[in-house]
Amino acid sequence: MTLRIPRRGMAQALALIIILMIDRLVSPQFFNLHLQDGRLFGSVIDVLNRGTPVALLSLGMVLVIATGGIDLSVGAVMAIAGATAASLADTHSLPVVIASALAVGLACGLWNGILVAVLRIQPIVATLILMVAGRGIAQLITEGRIVTFTSPDLVWMGNGAVLGLPTPVVIALGMLLVTAAVVRGTALGLLIEATGGNARASELSGVGTRAMILSVYVWCGLCAALAGVIAAADIMGADANNAGLWLELDAILAVVIGGTSLFGGRFSLVLAVAGALIIQAMNTGILLSGYPPELNLLVKAVVVLAVLLAQSPRLGDLSRFTARWRRTK
Amino acid sequence: MKASTSVAITAFVLVAGFALCALQFPNIASTRVVANLLTDNAFLGIVAAGMTFVIISGGIDLSVGSVIGFTTVFTALAIERWGIPPLAAFAMVLVLCALFGAAMGTVIHVFELPPFIVTLAGMFLARGVSFLLSTESIPITTPIYSAVSDFAIRLPGGGRLTAIAIAMLVILVLCALLLHLTRFGANVYALGGSRAATALMGIPVGPMTIRIYMLSSVLAGLAGIVFSFYTAAGYSLSAVGVELDTIAAVVIGGTLLTGGQGSVIGTFLGVLIQGMIQTYINFDGTLSSWWTKIATGVLLFVFIALQQGLMALARRSSLKPAGAKLAGAKSPEVKPAGALT
Repeated sequence: MTLRIPRRGMAQALALIIILMIDRLVSPQFFNLHLQDGRLFGSVIDVLNRGTPVALLSLGMVLVIATGGIDLSVGAVMAIAGATAASLADTHSLPVVIASALAVGLACGLWNGILVAVLRIQPIVATLILMVAGRGIAQLITEGRIVTFTSPDLVWMGNGAVLGLPTPVVIALGMLLVTAAVVRGTALGLLIEATGGNARASELSGVGTRAMILSVYVWCGLCAALAGVIAAADIMGADANNAGLWLELDAILAVVIGGTSLFGGRFSLVLAVAGALIIQAMNTGILLSGYPPELNLLVKAVVVLAVLLAQSPRLGDLSRFTARWRRTK
Repeated sequence: MKASTSVAITAFVLVAGFALCALQFPNIASTRVVANLLTDNAFLGIVAAGMTFVIISGGIDLSVGSVIGFTTVFTALAIERWGIPPLAAFAMVLVLCALFGAAMGTVIHVFELPPFIVTLAGMFLARGVSFLLSTESIPITTPIYSAVSDFAIRLPGGGRLTAIAIAMLVILVLCALLLHLTRFGANVYALGGSRAATALMGIPVGPMTIRIYMLSSVLAGLAGIVFSFYTAAGYSLSAVGVELDTIAAVVIGGTLLTGGQGSVIGTFLGVLIQGMIQTYINFDGTLSSWWTKIATGVLLFVFIALQQGLMALARRSSLKPAGAKLAGAKSPEVKPAGALT
């Protein structure tokens, strides 16, 4: 077990190191860190901090994808949770604000989960509904305005620091540990993988596949809500139109880069988060290099294609074929 | 039989909705409003026709919005900056779109990758290229553009059936003929029904897949040209998120996202329903535009639930004779909920 995981994560670790090295070439002070007002600053910290929303989303998304599903609504859920948090922030205490935002995320996740697990609607369609309607709902909450707040408690969630690390990074790390403990500390992860591997066979062998599917969507909603609160706290306001826009795609990308197949089955939480960091390291690198940020999308497209081709079952056959050919020769 | 049922339901929703709108605002029931509805949604109708083919074949194309954006920027640059005659520019951009679609289809087929993620990469790529071409909005001032936007067939009641609305209707008719009357169309349905069985029947699955994504990208390119006529400009951020509106229109039009069932007519009705909601909100004036999104979401849910119900019913009725007559082989095998397109 301890040996298997490093071997699996080799490609991702290498990719991250290479991208960080390129970043270092582009900007010589990339690895510089300095402490100011009890908080670390530097490009690496920036990568971690900016990568937090996608990392949080990918934590939920990786479980959903492991069951063979997909959740397109996480960006919209971020917007709804952010809107909820922002509109309550100045009148309620922090626990109430966070609890209600998380409750909203839970409700969204439950809705998706019921559609997929109980009504048996294809995940891509089921979550498309909330993706389309979600931003409308968020605007309903903010009444079409960009709601701003000044509550220092909530601002701390986005801009504060714990032991020198930005709060969002600490929260994401905490969520990673909690998720890993729940999923890998119990048989839950195995059951989720079984559901994604073959839902029918798992059902027949006594796995509660419905409960599994329902709970991963709920968890995904919760993670998205947390990401939404952090995104809102970061800009001290909720923008229902742009909060979390297209982040669902980045989250799916992070999971795919992390080596989890879109067809479900085996998954890795750590590698999904590594995928999110790879994406962010790329973004930051392009920004630092002074190239137009428009290049970002192109680089992302090339990376997606490269990762996909590396994972393609057909390419695996090909390499096996050439290996056999070489042996016979 | 089932396909016609869902189209009938969509048509009913459209007619009933329109009647309700007309009851509240009698002015809606005029040729002027209806013609404007066609003009405003011309590009959506064209791109949705292409998406219908892709979805019936069991795939999905997330790149269409970006392809529209790319087309508008490329056309504007070609005409205004590079001095290429408009028709040549259109031909060039359509060839580029065809190559782009063919490339996506090839990757999907050869590497056996899910269309969702391949076209997602295509979406990034097309948007990225259009950003690189230009990030500003480029006005198109060539005389052919003003000539085309001035052209319209006058309808009784003051409506103007514009050139781009006519273009959409013509393209939709051609697509409907292609889907319902040709061998290509039959193969598209077969692919969506079962890929393996289609291959065993001797239909070339690879070339079909490539052609379907090519068709979708070319139609998205056409939609982009229509969009550039509509706005008389090229802008790299145009048509962001249109892929979702398109998928929603196709689903509301009764096409199954699992593939194998659907129609261009249904998609057209789906586009009209979305346009109708927008028109109603414009007429009301007090509702914000985000109600469109909520209404579309609710409609999506209703239609998907309806489809799910219809399929469950069909399964039950086809299972009953299966025990007695062994005719169950024809019962539609429903893909498991976990299956990704």
